[in-house]
Amino acid sequence: MDLISILILLAKILIIMFGVLVLGAAMAVLAERRVSGFIQERLGPNRVGPCGILQPFADVAKLMMKEDIVPSKANRFIHDLAPIISISVALSTFAIIPFGNTIELFGRQIKLIIADVDIGILYLLALTSIGVYGVSLAGWSSNNKYSLLGGLRSSAQLISYELSMGLSLIGVIMICGTLRLDQIVLHQTEYFWGVIPKWNIFLQPLGFITFLIASFAETNRLPFDLPEAEPELVGGYHTEYTGMKFGLFFLAEYANVITSSAVTVTLFLGGWHLPFIEHLGLSPLVLSLLQILTFLTKVILLVLFFIIVRWTIPRFRYDQLMRIGWKVMLPIAIVNFLITGIVMLFLL
Amino acid sequence: MSSYGKIIRKKDLSILQKTYIPEILKGLRITIRQMFRPTFTSQFPEERFKPDSSFRGRPVLVVENGVERCVACGLCARVCPALAIEVQAAETELEKERYPLKFEINMVRCIFCGFCEEVCPEEAIVMSDEYLLVFSSQEEALFGKEKLLKSTEDLKERLEFLRSHR
Repeated sequence: MDLISILILLAKILIIMFGVLVLGAAMAVLAERRVSGFIQERLGPNRVGPCGILQPFADVAKLMMKEDIVPSKANRFIHDLAPIISISVALSTFAIIPFGNTIELFGRQIKLIIADVDIGILYLLALTSIGVYGVSLAGWSSNNKYSLLGGLRSSAQLISYELSMGLSLIGVIMICGTLRLDQIVLHQTEYFWGVIPKWNIFLQPLGFITFLIASFAETNRLPFDLPEAEPELVGGYHTEYTGMKFGLFFLAEYANVITSSAVTVTLFLGGWHLPFIEHLGLSPLVLSLLQILTFLTKVILLVLFFIIVRWTIPRFRYDQLMRIGWKVMLPIAIVNFLITGIVMLFLL
Repeated sequence: MSSYGKIIRKKDLSILQKTYIPEILKGLRITIRQMFRPTFTSQFPEERFKPDSSFRGRPVLVVENGVERCVACGLCARVCPALAIEVQAAETELEKERYPLKFEINMVRCIFCGFCEEVCPEEAIVMSDEYLLVFSSQEEALFGKEKLLKSTEDLKERLEFLRSHR
């Protein structure tokens, strides 16, 4: 690996870090507050900067200046470690997501993906499972009953939904015949009868729905936000966190939302593929930029969907959550992967 | 809202309703529609709320033809539940014979109950529509006569309201 490719890799990492964390998560926080405002017929924060754009940065500045309180008898090391796990898992999942096709800059072919790994989806599932450690360690190390309950709920919930998430992905893997995310996106750039784009959402509607529901549960968003359930658990696992450590959990939640939106877009909604764009005969550079833009638009729309859902439906009760996870989602995912197998064996 | 008030049991739900999905889509339609409706927020420092004439803002002394109506009878100071009003009377050559030499309302104490306005026989102290009261010290909150005097033109709406609700 020569120096220039290392520099390119670093640049990609910086762009993703900046894009996901600073622009993405901060703007998602702002979008959540403003969209919820509009839904409730009020305006939301609109004072700091034009349309309130600088509000999240003001919040971060405030959180940085706050005192960092660690409860007495809390395990200080784990208490500090938990938010770091949360945020780094949320960010590192983004490493395998292709945010565009190959782009040609200064005579170099640059793949718009940080880590082009063969085990793509497995890496994804492994990292989302590590994410639960952030939450449950935070709950356990806080020396607080409610935090502990939040952490326990989180681990139970993640175990239940991880299964159906993985099973719902098997259909996609079987159709595409690969674990590499860039190959999966390439597979989706074809068409049915030259009209409908061959996105996996049309091939795997059941898989899409189960995956979407499971990713709501994975990101601890309503209707599955039991780990932080404010009315019952005060704030759940982050009750005892103050200052920027709390801020990290908060950012991690939104970074997770963005990451799982990006994963859903990549696996089911055609990734960076904009239908029929290749027939226009655009220059490769313009085409690549348009593809990046398409990817961004899809992710933003899905993040908005996450936000609107949060302000629409109430939280599930804990037993309902478990029943849906084990008795509904798991059978549906298994049936989906059986149907896919039968169709592929006999009809293709 | 046809099913409002009826107990819905799980066995009464259709299969589609049990999957939650159409119902969630219905809810999403409502929230998305809600997003584009006009907001109720008033942008406070730029947009000022104009209270109705029945609003009880800070109490003021009514000035008619250049002279306050107050005859310094002291009823308002007597009735004030928060003991916020202090009146010192003096004699004058005018027809009303007495006037307040000193009339002071401690705005930290005032609870805006409007008893002083109700008890006043001369309609000399009324509640205005001013609600922006900011002080940085206790002394600043002592409103003397110079801050309390307000002409009848400014208080027209309130005076009319009081007359129609006598």
